[in-house]
Amino acid sequence: MEPTAHVSKTALPGVGTRYDLNTEAGKHLSVVVHQDGRRILAFHDPEDDDNCRDAAPLAPHESSALSKLLAPDPVAHLHQQFEIDLLTEHIPVTKRSPYVGRTLGATQVRSRTGASIVAVLRRTDAFPSPTPDFRFALGDTLVVVGTREGVDAVAELITGG
Amino acid sequence: MHETTALLIELGAIILGLGILGRLAGRVGFSAIPLYLLAGLAFGHGGLLPLNASEEFVATGAEIGVILLLLLLGLEYSASELVSNLKTQYPSGIVDFVLNAVPGAAAALILGWGPVAAVALAGVTWISSSGVIAKVLGDLGRLGNRETPVILGVLVIEDLAMAVYLPLLTALLAGLSLAGGSLTLLISLGTVGAVLYVALRHGRLISRAVSSDNPEMLLLVVLGLTVLVAGVAQELQVSAAVGAFLVGIALSGEVAEGAHNLLAPLRDLFAAVFFVFFGLNTDPAAIPPVLVPALILATVTTLTKIGTGWYAAKRAGVRTAGRWRTGGTLVARGEFSIVIAGLAVGVEPRIGPLATAYVLILVILGPLAARWTEPLARRLTRTPAPAAPLAPAAAAAEPSILEKPLPDTGVAESAAPEPNDTAPSHG
Repeated sequence: MEPTAHVSKTALPGVGTRYDLNTEAGKHLSVVVHQDGRRILAFHDPEDDDNCRDAAPLAPHESSALSKLLAPDPVAHLHQQFEIDLLTEHIPVTKRSPYVGRTLGATQVRSRTGASIVAVLRRTDAFPSPTPDFRFALGDTLVVVGTREGVDAVAELITGG
Repeated sequence: MHETTALLIELGAIILGLGILGRLAGRVGFSAIPLYLLAGLAFGHGGLLPLNASEEFVATGAEIGVILLLLLLGLEYSASELVSNLKTQYPSGIVDFVLNAVPGAAAALILGWGPVAAVALAGVTWISSSGVIAKVLGDLGRLGNRETPVILGVLVIEDLAMAVYLPLLTALLAGLSLAGGSLTLLISLGTVGAVLYVALRHGRLISRAVSSDNPEMLLLVVLGLTVLVAGVAQELQVSAAVGAFLVGIALSGEVAEGAHNLLAPLRDLFAAVFFVFFGLNTDPAAIPPVLVPALILATVTTLTKIGTGWYAAKRAGVRTAGRWRTGGTLVARGEFSIVIAGLAVGVEPRIGPLATAYVLILVILGPLAARWTEPLARRLTRTPAPAAPLAPAAAAAEPSILEKPLPDTGVAESAAPEPNDTAPSHG
């Protein structure tokens, strides 16, 4: 099982968002994502973990170049294959779907397919970990995680195929 | 000279002068606000050269400057950010108010200026400068620091508090009775609540109504809407600045970003005009008599802000060095102290010179405090050996990094495991 890095997220009101990563080698890195698209990569001071020893401001084109260098597998983001063959898919709720306006609980997705609806995307925002009383609306996109068969079964349920 | 010609020449000279000053400030790496204030002081009433033709235009420009300052401040925050900060940080906000507003009010009462001036001066010493502090945090490379959300949180609460404070001040300055003042306050509180509610629930609707792919239309719609709302707010005795701030909060998402980019240059221009206007209306001869009170006030409120930052960072679980940094960073006062003083000058003219001197001191001291408070505190609380008991009260809270082994031992303590962050996300 490949270890997954744990990144924590903090809002910086009026500035943007900060993401923190503690590496296995014992370094603490943080990335500040500015509202205007700039990024700042900061290395924390080992003697005072609250403080950044060094901060490198990156313009958008620089951070995309750096991310290309850092990405271990350039196609990893297209299909996130894990060891146990789980995959993530986006399933749209169209007007043909029998679940428009009904709740997540009504689909009984978990018990019927084994796959999970882990998030719902609406035009402007995302709802992570929706509860059973979450109501689907037309135009939602469901983020489903499961095995190939499970995800396909969910797609069939939701699209009403 | 013809009226319009004189206006053009004066205005051109003013704006060009500001541009040159701004470049100077940029070269030294300082905020341009003190230079603009000084430029205004140098001319105008009691200065070197009274400006007559452009006076009216500059006064109007100054009004627009205040409106744009607050509009863009509102655009930077989303309603949900404001509400979540209010929930988590309100104790720091209260401590901030008590520690920093009280010295200002006390100073006004000691000087015998009366209760209304006391409320105004309380605001001058209370509100830190979001603009200066955000810039300083970026310049010092501290945006990734653990204490930064705490600093920004305190600023957010102050800005939100302005939405309640300004209407109250306007009512007092207008000489409204207690009943009238309470009504104004109720209206403004109701409006703030309603705007926050609408922005939280239906922010998309408002933004969609305003949204436009054409930058020109977006600029005109947002600017027109803001100035109109500001005027109506002024008419309701709620203060134009608060109206503009609420418009900024109500707009969110892409519209806010687009409007922010379009309006930022306009804000820079008119805010500069506002600072000059404030300086123009202050007689430089009035400054020396208030220099001593301003210095005392600046010293006291520097210490109280450091205390505020210390407390706020301690609540957030930041360790000692970070607490000093938080306090030092919050010291800077700037644009809003001048906005508040500008409102109050009509009632108590002596507030102008005092506020000018006070802001001049703190806008220059602020970035220095942000940089040097922590090293200084560390030096003062440094103990000869880790085993020795900690003498100063300030460092008594916990054994911390202040007890670092001496450099010659060459051993650094490893960082303590950090408390879990509030919003984990699996990346």
